[in-house]
Amino acid sequence: MEKELRLMKGNEAIAEAAIRAGADGYFGYPITPQSEILEYLMEANPSRTTGMVVLQAESEIAAINMVYGGAACGKKVMTSSSSPGISLKQEGITYIAGAELPCLIVNVVRGGPGLGTIQPAQSDYFQATKGGGHGDYHLIVLAPASVQEMADFVDLSFELAFKYRNPVMILSDGAIGQMMEKVWLAPQKERSKTYPEWATTGKPPERERNIITSLDLDPYAQEQFNKKLVAKYNEIREKEVRYEEFQCDDAEYLFVAYGTSARVCQKSVQLARAQGIKAGLLRPITLFPYPSVRIGSLAEKVRIILSVEMSAGQMVEDVMLSVNGKVPVFHFGRMGGIVTTPDEVVDYLKSKIIGG
Amino acid sequence: MTEEIIIAGFGGQGVLSMGKIMAYSGVMQDMEVSWMPSYGPEMRGGTANVIVIISSERISSPIIRNFDTAIILNQQSLDKFEGSVKSGGILIYDGNGITRHPERKDITIYRVDAAEEAGRMSSPKTFNMIVLGGFLKIKPIIKMENVIKGLKKSLPERYHNLIPVNEKALERGMEIIRKV
Repeated sequence: MEKELRLMKGNEAIAEAAIRAGADGYFGYPITPQSEILEYLMEANPSRTTGMVVLQAESEIAAINMVYGGAACGKKVMTSSSSPGISLKQEGITYIAGAELPCLIVNVVRGGPGLGTIQPAQSDYFQATKGGGHGDYHLIVLAPASVQEMADFVDLSFELAFKYRNPVMILSDGAIGQMMEKVWLAPQKERSKTYPEWATTGKPPERERNIITSLDLDPYAQEQFNKKLVAKYNEIREKEVRYEEFQCDDAEYLFVAYGTSARVCQKSVQLARAQGIKAGLLRPITLFPYPSVRIGSLAEKVRIILSVEMSAGQMVEDVMLSVNGKVPVFHFGRMGGIVTTPDEVVDYLKSKIIGG
Repeated sequence: MTEEIIIAGFGGQGVLSMGKIMAYSGVMQDMEVSWMPSYGPEMRGGTANVIVIISSERISSPIIRNFDTAIILNQQSLDKFEGSVKSGGILIYDGNGITRHPERKDITIYRVDAAEEAGRMSSPKTFNMIVLGGFLKIKPIIKMENVIKGLKKSLPERYHNLIPVNEKALERGMEIIRKV
């Protein structure tokens, strides 16, 4: 089957891609700016076509625990929310990470803290990449920068989640969620008819019981489990780093930005170059694992690095760790739901860094 | 070719849907497009605006501050966006309800009195298509056949009987737009 071309919002693209990826279940609760995901799925009603369950839970906490249950049965399940709702889900997320279960969690980020605002922000970076719940764990975090990637990363997320038995987060924001662009949709995949061998599907006579838990009262056994997780995260760091470079070859001034900010900075690179300033952009596609090695090697050839994000400065810490003092690292970005504009980035580079 | 457009007016005037039809028409012409709305409380009344970019190349930032074309449908939006048109760019506005008219000398200003015309045609809902027709007369970046295809794609099928009325409105907009 051929791919299908549509004009869609980022949120709608995620919903349609979930159906086409052969997902078994979606459990959510509405919140702006991501409610179109649930709305689209309800209207599409895939239970009649692929058999996918779509359910509006009574709360965010219920939704994430439905995901926990579905994932424990070896099903391809997901949820989505926006910042305050993702905070509510954190208990469930750490349990899922502790039980080593695959699932997809979509965060269409809005400004915070607290209820904050409904406009786009990138202020949930720490929460997404450093473990928003308690305990030593990581999500695999993908950062789409277009509606096309909103669609493409759904299937990729499920693939990575099952490969590593680890929850995956798509960290988007209100701008990409609400924006419409062209998107090529992948053909419909069939839902899986088989179960992973660890899934709790009832005990057949030929094997021991499968147990899904995040509890071990023996500290020595728990430490062994923690070491196993560390080894898994290291393997992910080694194999799954993804990024995109834009005019980095001769760049003297390097922007590092993800998601909406990366789109903004791509234009900033064009504007700066039109004024004779050799700028380039590295766009992390995975935020965990982070493209530290590549940023570290680019730091050998550029004069400065400017991390641009719609936050008070969160990802900039990972840039600093990657650069390890080789060149000065700066942060620039708007907050509170204001999207940084391409000119503002260039103005900041010119006035505060080159001229400052 | 890249055309960066802002459309701004009251919620309910069809600002977002005009942008969507424009974007879909661009898709039908094999162009890259982006449609970035202001969303949130504005949707429940007040002002609404959408940035539409149509380009032959990959689109970088969908969020921009300066525009090749501003299509302005109320006074608040005129006050807010007149200064955002690039020097040498164009501003198209509907004179209905406007008390302070645009004043810039470094841009070309056009007026399309679509609200009045839609009333005359007894089809107030085609207001935004009259405006779109006016824009396409000044900036023929999309062929009419692709606009019709775009309309078909963005309207639910139960409304496809309204396409001829919309087509007429597009043509009328082309006729009545005038340089100020």
